[in-house]
Amino acid sequence: MSASADVHPLRESRFDWGRVVLNVFLPIAGVIVALLIGAIFLLLLKADPLAAYAAMARGAVGTTFGLTQTLVKATPLLLVGLGICIAFRANMINIGGEGQIIAGAIMATWFPLTFHSAPGWLLIPSTMLAGFMAGAMWGFVPGILKARLNVNEILSTVMMNAIALQLMNLLLQGPLMDPAAVKQGTFLAQSAQLPHQVWLARLVPRTLLHSGAIVALVFAGLVYLFLWRTTIGYAIRAVGLNPDASRYAGINVSTAQALSMTLAGGFAGLAGVVEVIGVQHRLLEGLTSGYGFTGIVAALLGGLHPLGLIPASILFGGLLVGADTMQRAVQVPSALITAILGLVVLFVSGAALWSRKWAARRMTFQHPESEKSSP
Amino acid sequence: MSGIFSIAVVTGILNTMMGLATPFLYAALGETFAQKSGVVNLGVDGIMLISAYAAFYVALISGNLWLGVLAAAIVGLGMGLIMSFVSVTLKAEQGVSGIGLYMFGLGMSSLLFKVTIGTVKTVVGFPQVKVPLLGDIPVIGPIFFRDSLPVYGAFLLVPIAWWVLERTTLGLKIKAVGQNPAAADSVGISVDGIRYFSVCLGAILAGLAGASLSISQLNLFQDNLTAGQGFIAVALVYFGGWSPFGVLAGALLFSVVNSFQLWMQVLGAKIPSSVAVMLPYLLTIAALTVTVNRVRQPAALNKPFERGES
Repeated sequence: MSASADVHPLRESRFDWGRVVLNVFLPIAGVIVALLIGAIFLLLLKADPLAAYAAMARGAVGTTFGLTQTLVKATPLLLVGLGICIAFRANMINIGGEGQIIAGAIMATWFPLTFHSAPGWLLIPSTMLAGFMAGAMWGFVPGILKARLNVNEILSTVMMNAIALQLMNLLLQGPLMDPAAVKQGTFLAQSAQLPHQVWLARLVPRTLLHSGAIVALVFAGLVYLFLWRTTIGYAIRAVGLNPDASRYAGINVSTAQALSMTLAGGFAGLAGVVEVIGVQHRLLEGLTSGYGFTGIVAALLGGLHPLGLIPASILFGGLLVGADTMQRAVQVPSALITAILGLVVLFVSGAALWSRKWAARRMTFQHPESEKSSP
Repeated sequence: MSGIFSIAVVTGILNTMMGLATPFLYAALGETFAQKSGVVNLGVDGIMLISAYAAFYVALISGNLWLGVLAAAIVGLGMGLIMSFVSVTLKAEQGVSGIGLYMFGLGMSSLLFKVTIGTVKTVVGFPQVKVPLLGDIPVIGPIFFRDSLPVYGAFLLVPIAWWVLERTTLGLKIKAVGQNPAAADSVGISVDGIRYFSVCLGAILAGLAGASLSISQLNLFQDNLTAGQGFIAVALVYFGGWSPFGVLAGALLFSVVNSFQLWMQVLGAKIPSSVAVMLPYLLTIAALTVTVNRVRQPAALNKPFERGES
């Protein structure tokens, strides 16, 4: 009962080409089939699928600005996805990305506005840390409820999403509302602009690409090392594969579950931070843009592996950017891309069966005794 | 403020509760069938969204509300077949495939709405029908017996669902498949068949839940109309301990809190609306924490069945 297409044995002692081909081929096939079905929808909507997808590709990678926008959108997806990798590896289905992003974004707004006189070199890292911890809190609650009281984490994370959304609305209509908006009487539901020294540096002039992208890449490497090169990471993956066996092996299952959700929340919170201090420079409604859900899709497509997640989040960042271009070019609402993402999840989760069966056969061949433990 | 707890207001709060509970009842009773057979369908919200759109669109162009209900049921069935195929035949991780179904429903309903309708339009929904005699009883009548047909249907569905699950062979088979699929299989019950049936029945009811929102309660369609009500419906199944009457209790509790906060807003009580909207969600988490009814959880819940695996 692992959370996904989990065909990885705990130890990966040698490079397994067959597994890599399977883990790369199946997700890509899933995306292609989903796009083909999307093409049928486009035909039914009397739009030319070739023109639509050409516009999509042009929007995502055709110009320097489009390309940087793809990376701008890939950044929060990568961060959320890293958290999803950790949680799903522990077999904790974290649907709470949206709420955790909001928690991080709220903190990333309040913190610099409060400590506005601090220098940037101090303010930026401490804002990131504070936002990480706010998201981590939002993941810790469902994590500890699951670990201690066996409360279904899928449901509690969904509730936590709704609570975070209302909390943000409450703050934007009250304490965090832009004083200028109050003075002018517009009462726009957004915060004041953050002090300039906390804005993340632009990597390419006249684009929105910010240094948060590099932060996300560094964390992808760190999460890989954490999951595959540390004892705690090993414990998290072991608990996900077989909680009972892990318990007998002396691993504290509750701690691993709660920790994985806390870290997942932290990374989603960090995604909220980079959206606020990297892109918007203030808190406003609709900031999450569904990254909490799209991050799940990216993580699944990346094989729940931090390094597979990097191309997956760039792909989905491109799809999101391209969808807007497509909407302008062929007048098909960009909501089409949400439907296509849903199909990708259905295909990838459906294809996990073959992936598992295939892995089980190989494991039987290599280690006959391990067949039973594979789901 | 002195009038807040007058008879009229309390009656109003409880009558609003009946209406608010209706989509939860359809969706959560349907999900009870699916989960009793061992399948968690997390895509309820997506089914509700696309069915709500289908019901609204058909009612808008045909002028016939019942055709809208039929459209919602058919679309729900289609979504149920997708979910069963992926989760039962392909044995996908159900939490994940459900999220896929949710995103598909969310995207498709928004896409179709923008392409076919575009702006906010309204339909004349199901009218209030007063039950003869019962509707004239003071206090009780205005609360329980002056509602629209979909509301009565939802509340009638509670005993019907209980009867099917507890008093029929079909119910016995559904529970056997959810409790011990290997044993059910060994006595000749088709595990996959029963699971397909239960998931599809649940999806049709989720479709009716969507229709009850778009052509009975709100009488309009907009992006993300359900605002996560389908997820709450799934939570209510856990809350209700997988029993139709438990689901009823949960739906009423959740809805009365919601109805109370709506009425407080109307009466001008000085509670920020966000805090009021937050309350039911906090309540649901609290309820899940104290009522973890693990004994009654179907033993094979969330576990795909494969012959020959113990």
